Amino acid sequence: MMQFLSYLCNGISLGSVYAIIALGYTMVYGIAKMLNFAHGDVIMIGAYIAFCAMQYWGLPPIISVIAAMAVCTALGVTIERLAYKPLRKATSLAVLITAIGMSYLLQNIALLVWGANPKSFPSVVKLGSVSLAGGQLIISGAAIVTIVACIVIMVALTLFTSKTKMGKAMRVVSEDKGAAELMGINVNFTISITFAIGSALAAIAGVLLCSAYPTLQPTTGSMPGIKAFTAAVFGGIGSIPGAMVGGILLGVIEILGKAYVSTELGDAFVFAVLIVVLLVKPAGLLGKTVHEKV
Amino acid sequence: MTQKRQSETRMVPVPSHSIVPERDVDKRPVLETRHLGIEFGGLKAVEDFNLTIGKTEIAGLIGPNGAGKTTVFNLLTKVYQPTNGVVILDGKDTAGMNAAQASKLGIARTFQNIRLFGNMSVEDNVRIGLHNQIRYNMFTGILRAPAFWKQEKAQHEKALELLSIFDMQDMADVQAGSLPYGAQRRLEIVRALATNPKLLLLDEPAAGMNPHETEELMENIIKIRDQFQIAIMLIEHDMNLVMGICEGICVLNYGRIIAKGTASDIQSNPTVIEAYLGKRKEG
Amino acid sequence: MKINKKLLNNLITYGIVIIAFIICQSMVSTGTMSRSLKGQLVPICVWIVMAVSLNLVVGVSGELSLGHAGFMSVGAFSGIVVSTWLLTRFQMDNEPLRLVLAMIGGGVCAGIAGVLIGIPVLRLRGDYLAIVTLAFGEIIRNVINCLYISFDNGKMHMAFNNSDIPGKLIISGPKGAVGVDKIATFVMGFILIMFTLFVVLNLINSRSGRAIMATRDARIAAESVGINVTKYKMMAFVTSAVLAGMAGTLYGLNFSTVAASKFKFDTSILVLVFVVLGGIGSIRGSIIAAALLTVLPELLRAFSDYRMLVYAIVLILVMLVTNNPMLKTRMVSITTTIKQKIGRKGGKEAEQE
Repeated sequence: MMQFLSYLCNGISLGSVYAIIALGYTMVYGIAKMLNFAHGDVIMIGAYIAFCAMQYWGLPPIISVIAAMAVCTALGVTIERLAYKPLRKATSLAVLITAIGMSYLLQNIALLVWGANPKSFPSVVKLGSVSLAGGQLIISGAAIVTIVACIVIMVALTLFTSKTKMGKAMRVVSEDKGAAELMGINVNFTISITFAIGSALAAIAGVLLCSAYPTLQPTTGSMPGIKAFTAAVFGGIGSIPGAMVGGILLGVIEILGKAYVSTELGDAFVFAVLIVVLLVKPAGLLGKTVHEKV
Repeated sequence: MTQKRQSETRMVPVPSHSIVPERDVDKRPVLETRHLGIEFGGLKAVEDFNLTIGKTEIAGLIGPNGAGKTTVFNLLTKVYQPTNGVVILDGKDTAGMNAAQASKLGIARTFQNIRLFGNMSVEDNVRIGLHNQIRYNMFTGILRAPAFWKQEKAQHEKALELLSIFDMQDMADVQAGSLPYGAQRRLEIVRALATNPKLLLLDEPAAGMNPHETEELMENIIKIRDQFQIAIMLIEHDMNLVMGICEGICVLNYGRIIAKGTASDIQSNPTVIEAYLGKRKEG
Repeated sequence: MKINKKLLNNLITYGIVIIAFIICQSMVSTGTMSRSLKGQLVPICVWIVMAVSLNLVVGVSGELSLGHAGFMSVGAFSGIVVSTWLLTRFQMDNEPLRLVLAMIGGGVCAGIAGVLIGIPVLRLRGDYLAIVTLAFGEIIRNVINCLYISFDNGKMHMAFNNSDIPGKLIISGPKGAVGVDKIATFVMGFILIMFTLFVVLNLINSRSGRAIMATRDARIAAESVGINVTKYKMMAFVTSAVLAGMAGTLYGLNFSTVAASKFKFDTSILVLVFVVLGGIGSIRGSIIAAALLTVLPELLRAFSDYRMLVYAIVLILVMLVTNNPMLKTRMVSITTTIKQKIGRKGGKEAEQE
């Protein structure tokens, strides 16, 4: 039983990381109607920046995280401007292939700059672990920070999109770009802001991910990226609470699957969930179906 | 003149509160709908739509913008699945069918916003319309069996024959997407005819045409009906066209039928006038 | 005549492949080909078939598949098993025949995988379809990573996550296939390319091919003329899977060891790069791109670190130039000015003469 609870905690913690990444996917998909395949690699870049800040420049963890967020924000906006904006009216196939190209570009730049050898990521969380039930159930400090961070981000984003002018603009742009433009909303700026927020969250996710799984290499971001997209689809793409629910469920499924079914098949398990969800409820748990206009 | 010709048709009532041309009254109607309706998230886009179309009738479906006319077409061709009621095509219930299966029963259509296979040639567009008419399987095609050459030749000849209805046989090799607008509309009609339909639905066939082209189109619609002995139902905002060639006309407003009848019935119907022009203020 | 034009186009494609084969064969027999390039001959054939078959899905059917390497791995491992089985059970020494039978086996297995995957996947559209093919590719790799198959006196034993089975292990989990009999030949690779071209080009220029392209260009219009969209999407998907499986068998039987990790997501992307750079929908382009991009890295070994980087940049640039209206017109105007300049020069020379 304690064993199960401990797996569950690990699952929720991993799921929280997925949820933060999934928020980036879901916001971008909601507004730009594109799958930003390079999002996972922005995570990796964020983790490397934080790593360098701490290891080579000796900055304190908090400052390192902020530096990583700043770099990722700039990176996300630049990618959008250079590669995605010119393709606003292109087919989704073209945009997706471009995004895949961007993902490879980031991985290979990382490979050239930091090398293929995995780096051992120092944890940014200096909290000790909490032991419950007389030492039978131990929850690491990193897990607690991750879960708390996820909840804070989630609440902040919900408030942002519902209360602020910019947040409302985002919702309008995701509904109808043309009408938004006519209402005087700067669509390009709104999309850039969305990429900025998503990428800043990616940096946080990168740091948290590497605090829990401390091997950092150029491909670190791709698998969690794909899984987080799965989580976003699971929860219903375009929906912020959906990303949260999807991420946490996926993390729990992955950890429990690895623990009780097969370690090797953990990833296969996650993808099987994606397929089943898409077949049974193509719009995800909290998504809404859209009819094609004829 | 076409107008004179159509007004000669005598329309007679049939059960289901519809009228059909006298010549079709003893034949099985090509289309019958009963209490047809669809809801989108609680909004009733079409409600209680009852209509019978005779075997060789030219019928019109009119109504203000947003009345649900194209939605009716989508229901009849099974692009949308109805939430209520039934669509009976040539005596067969279409419940549970998809658009491709409905096409095999003999319903074909054109689209309000043209949907051609733009990257392909004009002839290939018609050949795709012939998909279920002249057929051979995948392996015959890959292995280039004798049947392949025979059927390809038959498709080629049939395609040119159909294109000649609109004098388009010389454009067979042109890329469909590069045709002028009017020609694209005509090609859509040819493609629909290629499926050998019993009922042809035309969604705003005269949109974007000048009066001369519209006149030509009217003659062609009658020509197609006479040559193929099929029923044609059209959505159109050009009242000269509708009143000129449609025998039975059905008026839709807010998803409901507000009037059915001949051109003269419709023109004098106060509900129809109100729907189009609005209610005159009292006093 | 239009049909002749299409025919001519296809004949040119066949011609290029045949001429390239003759040149390579004569270079091999006269010993003028370098060792490293000779080792690349079979892989080149494999990548060409992979690219052409993926183009059938991406270019002709218009759906993005990101799991093409999955079918390749199914073909590779089942082909290896068939080949070993034929050898141990029937002592079949005739290598070309064994290779052909193995390729058929690999193709059939990949085709079955294609049907199983196609049924759920082809109900989805666009980005979702792409991500699910990716998921399936990863699932296939994960499953093969846990698979153990051995032969004991011609009897096959299979186990999951358990290497403790009698006889000689032929597929051993994460290590993949070990001790494979290398029977793949360049001639067979050439035959497979010709077979692939025959199937794909004939399919495109037939009733079925037109139906596939119709569903790509205007799905609802295709349905409205009575085309069963799912059936034709499936036809393209499964045909592509079968061809990828056959290419996979050829690939698997060309090395003494093959691990499942060889067929990960990167491999699917590599094939996609061939298709995009060769021109989506252009069969000849896929052939040329696959051949060049397989040979180039061998020739430019010094730059191997930058290879994927360059691929990525080229991929993005090609997509931007071909899909952005503004960049496209600018590109066209640049090429026309270049052509005009060349033309003018040619004209001047002609005047001087």
